[in-house]
Amino acid sequence: MHARPDAADTAPNWPDDIFATLQRFDVRQVPYVPDAGHSKLIQCVLSSSTMRGIPLTTEEEGVALLAGAWAGGQRGVLLMQSSGVGNCINMLSLIPILRFPFLTLITMRGEWGEFNPWQVPMGSTTQGVLELSGIKVMRASNAAEVPAVLEAAAAQAYNALTPTAVLLSQRLIGAKVFTK
Amino acid sequence: MSKANLLDRRQVVSALLENRKDVVAIGGLGASTNDITAAGDHARNFYLWGGMGGAAMIGLGLALAQPELPVLVITGDGEMLMGMGSLATIGLQKPANLSIAVLDNEAYGETGGQTSHTSAAADLVGVAKACGIADSRAISTMAEVEAFAKAVHDLTAGPRFANVKIDSANLERILPTRDGTYILNRIRGDLGFQPI
Repeated sequence: MHARPDAADTAPNWPDDIFATLQRFDVRQVPYVPDAGHSKLIQCVLSSSTMRGIPLTTEEEGVALLAGAWAGGQRGVLLMQSSGVGNCINMLSLIPILRFPFLTLITMRGEWGEFNPWQVPMGSTTQGVLELSGIKVMRASNAAEVPAVLEAAAAQAYNALTPTAVLLSQRLIGAKVFTK
Repeated sequence: MSKANLLDRRQVVSALLENRKDVVAIGGLGASTNDITAAGDHARNFYLWGGMGGAAMIGLGLALAQPELPVLVITGDGEMLMGMGSLATIGLQKPANLSIAVLDNEAYGETGGQTSHTSAAADLVGVAKACGIADSRAISTMAEVEAFAKAVHDLTAGPRFANVKIDSANLERILPTRDGTYILNRIRGDLGFQPI
C-alpha cells in the first residue's frame, strides 16, 4: 500500500488512526453532528463495543454531555465541523468552570479550495473563536501527521486537562465537490 | 400572572429529593438550582450557574456513564426551551436511568418574570413525547409529583419526563456554592473517582 497524504478521493486511513488513538485513551462517549469528513470515524465509533456514538441536534449539546460524562467517570470527544464551533460558544464556558477533559475534532470548511462562500465566514473565525474561549488549537494538514497530532492532543486534553481542539484541515479531508 | 392551585416549587423539589438515596441531581441554571439547594446540600448535587440549555445533556452524559445510578435533572421551562433539541437526543439514546423534571412557571423568573413560550403555546410534554420519551407526564398535583419521585428509582423504564406546573412566586434565594470544580469533583469523589 502506498501512502498518499493528499488523496481524498480514495478511502482515507487517517480516520482509523484517530479511532485507534481514541481507543487507547479509553474514550467512551462520542457526541457528534455529522460531517462528510468525519463519516468514516463515525462509522468506526458506531460499530465499536466500547464507544457510544451520540448524534446531537446541535453541537453545544456535546459540550454539556462531556461534562456529565466526566462527572460519571467517562472520557469523551466531540466531533463536529467548523460551523458547529459557533453554536458552542456559551456552552464552552463550562470547560474552565468545571475543569473536565475536553477534546474536540473539527473538520474544516471554508478554506483550501472551498466552493461554498457561506462556509467561509465561520471557517475563517473557527480558530479565533476557540482560542478566545480558552481552547488550545492544533491542526493536521496531511494524513501523515494525523497520528502524532492526535496523540499529543489527547495526551494534553486527558492527562493535563488542557482543553484542546484539533482542526482537520480541508486540505486533509478534501474540498467538497458539488458540481461538474 | 399566578393561577390558582399551582404547586409550590420548593415543595415539589423537596418531594422529588426526599428519599433520594443514590440519586445524582442536576439543577438547571436559575431558580431550580436554588430549589435543590433548599432541599438540602448534597455531595451528589450538580448546581449549574451557567450553561443555559445544558442541564438535560449533562444528565444524559452522567446517565450513560453510570447506568446503575438514577440521574434526575430538575430545571425550569426557560432552560428546557433553550435545550429543547436535547430531548430529541435523549429520546434517541433512551437512557433508562434518566429522569427530567421541568418546573414550569411559564416565565423567566430570574430576569423580571417575562412570560415564556409555555405560557401560551409550547407544550413541553408534547415535545418530549414526540421526541420519543414515552413516559412524559403533565403534572399538577403533589400526588403525581410523589409518584414521579418513586419512578425516578426505577432504572429499567426511563427515560422519563415531567412538566410540573408551579406558581410564579419569587422565593428567597438559597444559593449553593458557585465553585464549579468543587461541585464536579465532589460528585466524582462521592462516586468513587480519584482526582486526575
